[in-house]
Amino acid sequence: MFRNQYDTDVTTWSPQGRLFQVEYAMEAVKQGGCAVGLKSETHVVLATLKRSQSELSSFQRKVFKIDDHMGIAIAGLNGDGRSLCKYMRNECINHRYVYESAMPVGRLVRQIADKSQVCTQRSWKRPYGVGLLVAGVDRQGPHLFNTCPSGNYYEYKAMAIGARSQAAKTYLEKHFESFPAADMDELIRHGLKALQASLAEGELTAANCSVAIVGKGFAFTLLEDAAVQPYVDALKEDEPMQAEEAAAGEAPAAAEAPDEPAGGEAAAAAAEADGGPAPMEAD
Amino acid sequence: MLPRPTTHSKALGPGVAGPELAVATSAVLDRPPQPGAHLPLSGAAPCAVDPASLHDPRQHTKYPMVTGTSVMAIKYKDGVMLGCDMLAAYGSTKRYKTTQRMYRVNSKCVVAAGGEISDFQHICTLLDELTTDDFRTDDGIELTPQEVYAYLCRVLYNRRNKFDPLWNSLVVGGVAPDGSFLGMVGMIGTHYTDNHVTTGFANQLARPLFRERQKDDMSEEEALQLMYDALKVCYYRDKQSINKFQIAKVTHAAGVSISEPFALDVRWDYKKFAEPTKWAVGAW
Repeated sequence: MFRNQYDTDVTTWSPQGRLFQVEYAMEAVKQGGCAVGLKSETHVVLATLKRSQSELSSFQRKVFKIDDHMGIAIAGLNGDGRSLCKYMRNECINHRYVYESAMPVGRLVRQIADKSQVCTQRSWKRPYGVGLLVAGVDRQGPHLFNTCPSGNYYEYKAMAIGARSQAAKTYLEKHFESFPAADMDELIRHGLKALQASLAEGELTAANCSVAIVGKGFAFTLLEDAAVQPYVDALKEDEPMQAEEAAAGEAPAAAEAPDEPAGGEAAAAAAEADGGPAPMEAD
Repeated sequence: MLPRPTTHSKALGPGVAGPELAVATSAVLDRPPQPGAHLPLSGAAPCAVDPASLHDPRQHTKYPMVTGTSVMAIKYKDGVMLGCDMLAAYGSTKRYKTTQRMYRVNSKCVVAAGGEISDFQHICTLLDELTTDDFRTDDGIELTPQEVYAYLCRVLYNRRNKFDPLWNSLVVGGVAPDGSFLGMVGMIGTHYTDNHVTTGFANQLARPLFRERQKDDMSEEEALQLMYDALKVCYYRDKQSINKFQIAKVTHAAGVSISEPFALDVRWDYKKFAEPTKWAVGAW
């Protein structure tokens, strides 16, 4: 996005009908560390990549428990995330005090969305610079929601937000049909694999990722460090198998490459001399 | 709900006249409301009290004016059943003989009240606001009877703490996915749940019958017969009751139904009732 004359404050529309300040706030979400969420028929899993400022500092917290049946993962401005987390915890605990029951997830998410929308329509406020993945279970089943600084909210089967989340989304899109029937461990494994896809360099360790699960009859639990180690190790066990598959995929290609000169002459004779077709496709 | 004061301190009723109407409220409050007696932090409007009345003892609810008498309720096989008469008495006068003391909250829950009828009407308004909110949110979620019960406990206890109680004994009955529910909330916030609950005179009169005969798996005919017997004994022995009753049923299958008013066969010509001392030892 480039600077333009309609992006100074949130209450100015552009001629194309865009609110640039809101879109810039959504950019802030894309700068945050990747967070992945996915749900099955019984559980919802959040997996996040934690960043640290430097080698000396601890990793930034990205997952917050809101109530026994609900938790969030944030991407974007941590301060805004904490502020929304405090609001959500307050709402949940007030709901429990008055009604002695768990707050329905969709209603709380709608309240967050309404709160975010207010900030897009006041000249003395700025939009929240954080996107939330809200994982929760209520009477209607497990839910995964994504909230936006724009005040929009969506329910998802699986979603990733934050830096390089497109790679994680691609993984989720490929595998989401197997999620409803997956058990908890499989779901966590899928979540970590999706997270791995978004890694630019290095690999997932127990120190730089965290996993949270909530399910029917399973209170919101955050797994970090030692608790998440077994799942990270399980990922590594899968990797050699994946490397073998990749090698097996490349071997046929390498075997056919020497054929190319021969195939190429025949192809040239058949007037197919445009850059050369792929070895496998040479006929 | 917009914050507004609610008490019975003004002769015309709450919020009808007075300086509190001049308080400006904004649809979007930038500053969170500071808690106080007239604007508590949680459950604002129902638990709010006119600040002027806090220091004026004459303005608090001291005694009820128009009252309903007992309510009785039992669980049975299909759900729950509530019964009460239709009298609103003005002291000793049997003033209003067709008051429905039961209120259908939603398709799964009924609330019935004894005590001050105007306070009950106020409670119905509060519950109506909650139900309307659920309807407006339109996400398929309805208040369960347990939630209605917990909410009413909080409201009544809060008002009691401000020395301005809602003078009611409430029975909350309904069905939820995990079974039937019956609870009682008193005017000072005392509450309990059980398989049969009663308020007022029914505590003394109907309870023994329920203890003896109520079973969670009783059929509807048995439950109705038990309810009729309980209503009858309350009518015989409670001076502030009439022979005109309603029974509300809440079932898993069919939801809420409140019956038409009906009367029970009662006899006043029992010899021992007409002449109680005639056959007593030592009488002449």
